[in-house]
Amino acid sequence: MNKLPLIIKREYIAKVRNKSFVVMTFLSPFLMVGMILLIAYLTQLNDNDKKVIGVLNDSSYFSNEFVTSEATSYINFKDISLAAAKDSTLSLGFYGLIYLPDEPNLEQVAQRAFFYSKDAPSATILDKLENSITGRLRQERLREMGLSPKEYAEMDRRYNINIETFDGNQNIKGINEIKAIIGGAFGYLIMMFIIIYGGFVMRSVIEEKTSRIIEVIISSVKPFHLMMGKIIGTSLAGITQFAIWIVSGAMLLFIGLAIFDIDPASLTKGSGMTPGVANGANVDVDALTQNIQLYAQEIFDLPIFAMLFFFIVYFVLGYLIYSSIYAAIGAAVDNETDTQQFIFPVILPLMLAIYVGFFSVFSNPNGPIAVAFSLFPLTSPIVMLMRLPWGIGEGGVPVWQLITSILILIGTFIGIVWVAAKIYRVGILMYGKKPSYKELYKWLKYSS
Amino acid sequence: MSHILVAKDVTKQFGSHTALKNVSLEIPKNSIYGLLGPNGAGKTTLIRIINQITYPDQGSVYFDGELLKSEHIAQIGYLPEERGLYKSMKVGEQALYLAQLKGLSKDEAKKRLKYWFERLEIGDWWNKKIQELSKGMAQKIQFVVTVLHEPKLLIFDEPFSGFDPINANIIKEQILSLKEKGTSIIFSTHRMESVEELCEYIALIHKSEKILDGRLSDIKKAYKNNIFKIGLETDNQEELVREMQDKFDVLAQEYNSIEKQLNITVQLPSNQSSEILSFLGSRANVNGFVETIPSANDIFIKTIQNKNLDNE
Repeated sequence: MNKLPLIIKREYIAKVRNKSFVVMTFLSPFLMVGMILLIAYLTQLNDNDKKVIGVLNDSSYFSNEFVTSEATSYINFKDISLAAAKDSTLSLGFYGLIYLPDEPNLEQVAQRAFFYSKDAPSATILDKLENSITGRLRQERLREMGLSPKEYAEMDRRYNINIETFDGNQNIKGINEIKAIIGGAFGYLIMMFIIIYGGFVMRSVIEEKTSRIIEVIISSVKPFHLMMGKIIGTSLAGITQFAIWIVSGAMLLFIGLAIFDIDPASLTKGSGMTPGVANGANVDVDALTQNIQLYAQEIFDLPIFAMLFFFIVYFVLGYLIYSSIYAAIGAAVDNETDTQQFIFPVILPLMLAIYVGFFSVFSNPNGPIAVAFSLFPLTSPIVMLMRLPWGIGEGGVPVWQLITSILILIGTFIGIVWVAAKIYRVGILMYGKKPSYKELYKWLKYSS
Repeated sequence: MSHILVAKDVTKQFGSHTALKNVSLEIPKNSIYGLLGPNGAGKTTLIRIINQITYPDQGSVYFDGELLKSEHIAQIGYLPEERGLYKSMKVGEQALYLAQLKGLSKDEAKKRLKYWFERLEIGDWWNKKIQELSKGMAQKIQFVVTVLHEPKLLIFDEPFSGFDPINANIIKEQILSLKEKGTSIIFSTHRMESVEELCEYIALIHKSEKILDGRLSDIKKAYKNNIFKIGLETDNQEELVREMQDKFDVLAQEYNSIEKQLNITVQLPSNQSSEILSFLGSRANVNGFVETIPSANDIFIKTIQNKNLDNE
């Protein structure tokens, strides 16, 4: 029994000293940060790319509609023919030309208006133009019904609904998206960890088989101890790697942001996370700060400690289940190319969990699909973690579901490790042929 | 005499395949015991049972008088036929790790490794990786790792495969010197010449069953069939041959004209060597008179052929 730490230590050191592991550990943060910086830079670049649109306004309307804004500027042509305006637009390299003909009334102007461009115009630009014209038309129609421009402006003020939960907490828009992002990050982290480090466990088992050291070792230790030592040692190496990534990644990100002088807020803008803030131009400053406080409050109110605790529980159980399966696969085959047929069914539930999480859990965290998949042991580590940001108990995940899910997971863990250990102990001494599922089933019935 | 290992009616099935059927063995202390048999006979399964890698379905195994249990693992050293080492691990670290798995402390393991590395003149390999060594070099490390914890029982499965003749000889000497020091050794092979050289006892396993076991010299005695080779010097060889063919069961004869010697192989009824000697004494000069003892190889082949005939 005291040999388990020895095995864990060897597996850990073997993994950590591995050249590709070292390279990946120290290169990945640079790659990640580089990518984030690139995205931020491209976003800024995109914002800076102003579109210039020529306006040939022969009508007596639309004098105020086409004003230069942050993303588009309008250049007015005066007293030239449409053909000349088109030529100038093209030769000046403008994005396009909006033509408003001279007609007796607004409706007719709108009907005969044209937008000319070199290529098919972007939907955003068209939207903008159409909105401008629609707005003017609405104003005109309402005016004909007897509404003054002042009354019209009053009417057009945007309305935001107030949100509150049944127990009276004030709620704000966008918090669900934040919860989804946090839950999604947890679930995604678990999936990545299982796939990467499960693969490492599998390769390490195959290595022992192909180097034929396996029989030497299991004449000293029990195969079960070897398997568990391998799984634990590899996961400790993984945790080391993640810790290095988080620390160095955070440091690099701050350094990078400081050097390139990028406002971190520009990264979150437009992600749909903070709609209230994004079109905050017409929201007064007081409301804005109040909103920010509300967000902070909401994030603060998330069951952070419970989430971290359950993250660890689900992470450990989920990882143990999957990596024992990976170890059994490694034991069953002779080389990595033979693993494909066995790996696909392993990755399938993980992918399913992620998709179910993104498409079903976020829109309805307590719906039947979310509940079912957070109880099913092969998907629960991911799906349950995606549900947890909505709280535990009232309004969130019912306590019985949480307990049932963990109990099922523990039961599955015992069952799967038992099955995997059996396949492992038979498989590691089998050479030559690629086993079928039928054969694996037969191995289960061998007495030890 | 006490035994280091006793197996009683050991049976092992894998699915529908019977790997061992009622095999009983008694391996005396301080001897080299040859475990022989064709490929797939069940030798490896038996060895794995002794090493507690797998367990018998029926029957029991006793180690040094006690029922085999996991504490005995530290008393057994096993060099499997399918052997290898971690390729990317350094020799020293790897040897230390494997020794610690056998229950040695790190300091003790280091001390003993130093001794063995010096003894086999491989001290400068300590910081090399296995993948930088030749196959024979790696085998030497493997041998050291097997014997390092000074087990009471050593099991070698084809120990000489992968060695050149010089290194094979070095290893053979080490095995013999371990035996001198009191270690009991099980030696599994199908290379019969090394059996003749090393083994005091043998057991022959064929198709999951033990079909022969005992002291090698006793087995040979039992298998000899009173065939003698006689070298004669005579002037009148043709007549002598005729006379002998009348009186005895002559199996073969040939005349070596260079040495002027007549070689005759003759089958005698048991213990009649004196009769033929007195017959020959008056007729020719007897240069050689040798009873042919069957080699282990002959016994191996003959026993298995007989067994196969019995089964048909």
